[in-house]
Amino acid sequence: MQRFLSHYYWSDMHRKITIKALTLVFLLVSIATFANDDKKSKGKETHQTEKTKEQREKEVEEYIPHHLLDSHDFSLFSYTSDEGEHVYIGFPLPVILWDDGLKVFMSSKFHHGETIAQVGDSHYKLDHGKIYKTDTAGTITYDADHHATNVKPLDFSITKNVFTVMFVALLMFLLFSRMAKAYNNNGSMPKGMGRLLEPIVLYIRDDIAKPNIGEKHYKRYMSYLLTVFFFIWIINLFGLTPLGVNVTNNIAITFCLAILTYILTTFTAKKDYWKHIFWMPGVPVPMKFILMPIELLGTIIKPFSLMIRLYANITAGHIVLMSILGMIFIAQNWLGGSLSFVLAMVLGILELLVAALQAYIFTMLSALYFGAAVEEHDHH
Amino acid sequence: MDKLIQDFSIGLFFWQLILFVGLVLLLKKFAWKPILGAVNEREEGIKTALASAEDAKKEMQNLNASNEQLLKDARAERDALMKDARDIKDKMIADAKEETKEITAKLIENAQASIVQEKQAALAELKKQVAELSIGIAETVIKKELASKDDQLKLVEEILKEVTLK
Repeated sequence: MQRFLSHYYWSDMHRKITIKALTLVFLLVSIATFANDDKKSKGKETHQTEKTKEQREKEVEEYIPHHLLDSHDFSLFSYTSDEGEHVYIGFPLPVILWDDGLKVFMSSKFHHGETIAQVGDSHYKLDHGKIYKTDTAGTITYDADHHATNVKPLDFSITKNVFTVMFVALLMFLLFSRMAKAYNNNGSMPKGMGRLLEPIVLYIRDDIAKPNIGEKHYKRYMSYLLTVFFFIWIINLFGLTPLGVNVTNNIAITFCLAILTYILTTFTAKKDYWKHIFWMPGVPVPMKFILMPIELLGTIIKPFSLMIRLYANITAGHIVLMSILGMIFIAQNWLGGSLSFVLAMVLGILELLVAALQAYIFTMLSALYFGAAVEEHDHH
Repeated sequence: MDKLIQDFSIGLFFWQLILFVGLVLLLKKFAWKPILGAVNEREEGIKTALASAEDAKKEMQNLNASNEQLLKDARAERDALMKDARDIKDKMIADAKEETKEITAKLIENAQASIVQEKQAALAELKKQVAELSIGIAETVIKKELASKDDQLKLVEEILKEVTLK
């Protein structure tokens, strides 16, 4: 007993120390960031006198789409030093390319797109967040639509977004597996974070899964629904932090989630579901032929709308928020600045709501599609 | 649309697919199943506890009802017993009275019989004494005969008169 207690005590202490250490690291990083901020503002003072309003507008305009893009390194921000060179705060991420064999190197080789990375005999250059194969000089040719015509190697890099997804996945795993363990040790009662998360889990079960899928089949889809809800919600919230990560505004991410919903719907569907698509009961025969392609198209449009809805909502939110924030730098007077600040604040609160709302809608509609797939029409 | 297709990153899709499916499977095993299981277990526990409480309440009510019934029965039995007892008492009294009457009548009868008997015995005694007296008289008469015949006769007549008178 004594041994057990001391073991428990030590593991608890260890945990507390880990948490404290993490908090300390965060504090240090933020202090360092502030210190850098000071330098940044000092450096800018000399530059800003030279910049006209048009130049600032152009800078903001260029910055917004850049922020929305994925990147090959995790940079928190960059500034121009007193000597006029760009300084980036952040860390590089591994680049993984498939171009006649696997090529792995750190993104620091690109120097934020300023230099050409040479791996073996191949040369790569970063252009607008994408990696192109170039010659030794690093020339990139553009076609009439301003698209680069260089060869694009298959890029499986751990980009900023992939890194964030990994981080969120790890976070979710730790959070929920610990929550599950607390139930075992606490006699089926939630503890700590579980008390906050359990009502949400129960809400998804009782108000999303059960009414839409039905008491009989809902259990099969619970894991997916819960994971997708918390994943979208948490990653949306991360998008609102000043870390500058922005995952759900990538069509690849929303496409992936939507296609999983589509696959689950299609492969768990019952006979009735297909019957209603290919041979709608209760309508005249010619109508059955007309309804068939419409229904078939509907199965694809449903997940497609899921994909576009999430992508468009998050992208739009970020663009508007960034634009209003940008207006502070363009206006540079107390009226415009404070007005933009208030607007950005209100919009930020709205975006917090949207972050949860989009997660809810995605989960809700997925449940609805699953429900249609397993629905049993007893009344026919 | 063109921009969307342009922006589509196969790498990001690939990683998201692997990471997300992995996350779903891992969470299913290590989080969702235990969590939902525990929640279900708790809910079932509450449900059964409530049901058993309801049962206990019903049983209590039944018990109360049967208690009351028992009390009622007991009271009825008591009343019946009391009634029986009273009846028996009344009967006993009545019987005793009857018996007493009979016995008294018998005693009276016996007494009367013995009175008659005694009377007859007394009469017999009297007759015996009268006879003895007669004999005595006769003796005296006989003794007197020696003196005078006339006197003798006179005496007899007198005695007889006396006896007859008596």
